[in-house]
Amino acid sequence: MNVKQTLDTKGLSCPMPIVKTKKAMDGLASGDILEVLATDKGAVNDLSAWSKSSGHELLDHKEEDGVFKFWIQKG
Amino acid sequence: MVKALKAKEVAKRVVEGKMFILDVRNESDFKDWKIEGKGIESINRPYFDLIDGVEDVLEHLPKEEVLVVCAKEGSSVMVAEMLDEAGIKDVYYLEGGMKAWSEYLMPVKIGDLKDGGSIYQFNRIGKGCLSYLVESNGEAAIIDSARTVEAYEDFAKQNNLEIKHMIDTHLHADHISGGRRLAEKTNATYWLPPKDAEEVTFSYEALQEGKDITIGNTKIEIQPLYTPGHTIGSTSMIVDGQYLLSGDILFVDSIGRPDLAGKAEDWVSDLRDSLYNKYNSLSKDLVVLPAHFGKISELDEKGAVQAPLGELFEKNEGLNIKSEDEFRKAVTENLPPQPNAYQEIRETNMGKIDPSTDEQRDMEIGPNRCAITE
Repeated sequence: MNVKQTLDTKGLSCPMPIVKTKKAMDGLASGDILEVLATDKGAVNDLSAWSKSSGHELLDHKEEDGVFKFWIQKG
Repeated sequence: MVKALKAKEVAKRVVEGKMFILDVRNESDFKDWKIEGKGIESINRPYFDLIDGVEDVLEHLPKEEVLVVCAKEGSSVMVAEMLDEAGIKDVYYLEGGMKAWSEYLMPVKIGDLKDGGSIYQFNRIGKGCLSYLVESNGEAAIIDSARTVEAYEDFAKQNNLEIKHMIDTHLHADHISGGRRLAEKTNATYWLPPKDAEEVTFSYEALQEGKDITIGNTKIEIQPLYTPGHTIGSTSMIVDGQYLLSGDILFVDSIGRPDLAGKAEDWVSDLRDSLYNKYNSLSKDLVVLPAHFGKISELDEKGAVQAPLGELFEKNEGLNIKSEDEFRKAVTENLPPQPNAYQEIRETNMGKIDPSTDEQRDMEIGPNRCAITE
């Protein structure tokens, strides 16, 4: 996957992962892919719901050793 | 300045007051489970749609007294501060979020016992779980204990009670029992119906018909009554000849579901026999005290959930299904979704797995869903 930028929100709890993701997304161009790392469990549901409501696409996500990785394409 | 509101204060409003709630969790969580009550009005707007500003939501909110609620607290503080800056008076956030709400236990006195002593209902209002404390002469028994046992420990301390018995009416599938843990801590006896305990990894005392439990020296009796159906071991209890602790067999507005241990078809006839024969042969003056409520409307004006057995035989639809075939359909078809993580919760209650406190909290999120109707 052609990742434009990686955002590390490990250790941060809600609402910071999404606040930071939104800020990073604002600086990208349509079609760019943002990779987000998070340890907050709530981020899984919230990032997918946020992507939908703001017109981005959550391409994929997975968990590795307690770290959640998300790939979101800007709409 | 935004102010924190504790779950205890929110519970008060749910029972007897009013509150406007802005729930900022995502839509699916809100639809699944939220704070409800007669005087509670709530709207949902996820916090991530409010990061840039709250202007869009202001027109839907009152000018003063708004409680902002989220899963754990963080997002509700952020949104509450934004509402405060936007000019709303008295903005609160729920301290500890829905996690704290799910764990809060509200003690309500149900009544006095004949020879002294009394019985209390501990209402876990956020999840719809009801547990009981029976006390007499400085001794206490706790029935269907919640995972968070601190509320009972505090109560026992304040009232100089020694906890002697921890009793579970059945192996729970919707919440993690605090029975075993508090029994270990206080040297109390942990009672469990043997037919629900075939796979447990710890020792326990068998809760069985004929083995009455006595509290205090005034002989408050707890008589176990075998009433299978929700689980194969489900055992009701008659306390002091006045109260019928019906576990998950009979609720005020519904009846227990037989499917959470995977044996719905097998247990239908047990459930029917327990309700229509065993319960029907008991005194109709007994006050039914169930282990759950489904709707907040089941709470009376003091926040208690209770009803005379005779009244339930008149009004509860689950007790008034004439044909066995119809009954079978009612308790096996079109059931609500199962409680969250119910398999893991059963395994935890058997002692087979030992999740961390955080994991246990997550497993218990959401409503109890132990009845055949929502």
